[in-house]
Amino acid sequence: MTGTEQAAGRPALRHDVRITDTTLRDGSHAMAHQFTESQVRDTVRALDAAGVEVIEVTHGDGLGGSSFNYGFSHTDETALIAAAREEAGQATIAVLLVPGIGTVDDLKRAHDAGAEMVRVATHCTEADVSPQHFAAARELGMETVGFLMMAHRTPPENLAKQARIMVDAGCQAPYVTDSAGALLMHEAKARFEALVAEVGDEAWVGYHGHQNLSLGVANSVLAYEAGVRYIDGSLCALGAGAGNTPTEVMAAVFDRLGISTGLDVLGLLDAAEDVVHPYLHRWPKMDRNAVVQGWAGVYSSFLLHAERAAERYKVPAHEILRRCGELGYVGGQEDMIIDVAIQLSNSRH
Amino acid sequence: MAGNVTAAIVGPGNIGTDLLAKLRGSTVLDVGYMVGVVESEGLTRARNQGITASAEGVDWLLRQDPLPEIVFEATSAAAHLANAPRYAEAGIQAVDLTPAHVGPMVCPAVNLTEHLAAPNVSMITCGGQATIPMVAAVSRVTPVPYAEIVASVASRSAGPGTRANIDEFTQTTARAVEQVGGAQRGKAIIILNPVEPPMIMRDTVFCMIPADADRAALIRSIHDMVADVQQYVPGYTLRAEPQFDEPRDDWRGHGRVAVFLEVKGNGDYLPPYAGNLDIMTAAAARVGALIAENKLAERGTRGAQGAQA
Repeated sequence: MTGTEQAAGRPALRHDVRITDTTLRDGSHAMAHQFTESQVRDTVRALDAAGVEVIEVTHGDGLGGSSFNYGFSHTDETALIAAAREEAGQATIAVLLVPGIGTVDDLKRAHDAGAEMVRVATHCTEADVSPQHFAAARELGMETVGFLMMAHRTPPENLAKQARIMVDAGCQAPYVTDSAGALLMHEAKARFEALVAEVGDEAWVGYHGHQNLSLGVANSVLAYEAGVRYIDGSLCALGAGAGNTPTEVMAAVFDRLGISTGLDVLGLLDAAEDVVHPYLHRWPKMDRNAVVQGWAGVYSSFLLHAERAAERYKVPAHEILRRCGELGYVGGQEDMIIDVAIQLSNSRH
Repeated sequence: MAGNVTAAIVGPGNIGTDLLAKLRGSTVLDVGYMVGVVESEGLTRARNQGITASAEGVDWLLRQDPLPEIVFEATSAAAHLANAPRYAEAGIQAVDLTPAHVGPMVCPAVNLTEHLAAPNVSMITCGGQATIPMVAAVSRVTPVPYAEIVASVASRSAGPGTRANIDEFTQTTARAVEQVGGAQRGKAIIILNPVEPPMIMRDTVFCMIPADADRAALIRSIHDMVADVQQYVPGYTLRAEPQFDEPRDDWRGHGRVAVFLEVKGNGDYLPPYAGNLDIMTAAAARVGALIAENKLAERGTRGAQGAQA
């Protein structure tokens, strides 16, 4: 039992705020989707013991993301989900599903493997591709979250309307998803308030941050103050771009603020240092390319793809990323990075 | 024109209207009927062009005399699943522009002539029409154990039907990548992009190929196929030469060829950025014309036999 009230809309909160750790999903981007089963087991055990309520485990681009376009998974995500379910005691196992990439069939397989929550992700203006998947999730008895990705790309009022579409379709918690780590504090706050005003009586509002401009933790505090009750983090910030809001830092800050999360700060610090740090390919940081992503509003997952294209086509990664921002590419259009690199390369020779 | 094959379009939305514009120039096929289920601008537009149009649905269509010989369905997969048996019962050949996939799947540049007599042909999906020619161009040169297509379309060009059931797009397209494109395993991804001004449809086709595949032959085959598609969609172009990746262990020792496409529409009724919709209506018009020619030829044969008797 996860203590949820499926039929009655949103689940009851156990603490002031419900933290979801996405080390094993958003972190999959930074790991080039090479997570092994033992890494997943170790990480889930540590997160579960430290009181994390929701643990997301999926290919970085969600169910069915293993592909040429996004990178093939080292280990099939169904096996990783099942392993996570086995290790978790109190924690709920969540999966990401991006309509257009993953399907309801993928969701059923994930549910069979032990996933209890789905986070359905669309671009911030395209929520009307999600009702099919929310309906399927509710039929399976799963908890539901809605990701409105690249939330900086639409004004607060419109983001709230998109959240309304998701909630009406069965979403229990629409998120302000700052995929590009681009939201400045006042921009984030305006979106939190707009969503809380629109759906706050019937659903929880969530926040998913990236560190490209170093604002993940600060925006998480603003989120809580604005009434947001679901917040994401990753150990060691492991995630796309400069990574996500570090779960262990957020836990320490909320503890100092007297906001209860149910998290054991020292346990999370140990998990970050002893479990996750040893397997990092590199510690996500605000280097030139990642800062450009936040500055130019580029989908964080583009980072490694742009670096690979830069190497092959001999053009700087930060130029590729800036061009992706100018062209308005959205999450999922990783193929366009190669196209941009070829065009930039042609224009130089 | 007297003696031409009579056709109907069911679904007077953007696709149906664009299809009507394309079929108006046909020398073998006359659109006699436009059918919807509610009064709409599309029906009015059709009436203004002298087409008999009704908001009373397929019930109305099946009461008409003469009945159409061909019906183009531009509604939704669910509607076509309901209508298809009724067309079949009435002996009307159906060209299905929804992702319902009732009949064999047809992509004009690849297998146009294979299913002309089938009671129902599926036009697959817009992304399928754009990408399957490239998969076929590769698979006719070398085995393709896996092919993956990524279709990016302007948000404004994705109608409510596509949005309400996006899984049908990915699943039907993936099947067609296998059955029509010739890949052993297929995967399809669709992305909606709301950027303004709207982006022209873009498609990327990734094919896994053997390490020793003949690259020169692949490049020739891809260019030839682009020229074939350009015959019905002039704005179908390569953004760059095909890109080859060296074999990799995590691709089970295979290499990869990537093809980057832009599909700019003809702007008949729909705006040029909606190449995804244009390639669908252009493909359907081509298939419809060929089916009509087939029917006229059969009539000619029968007429000749009658004269001999």
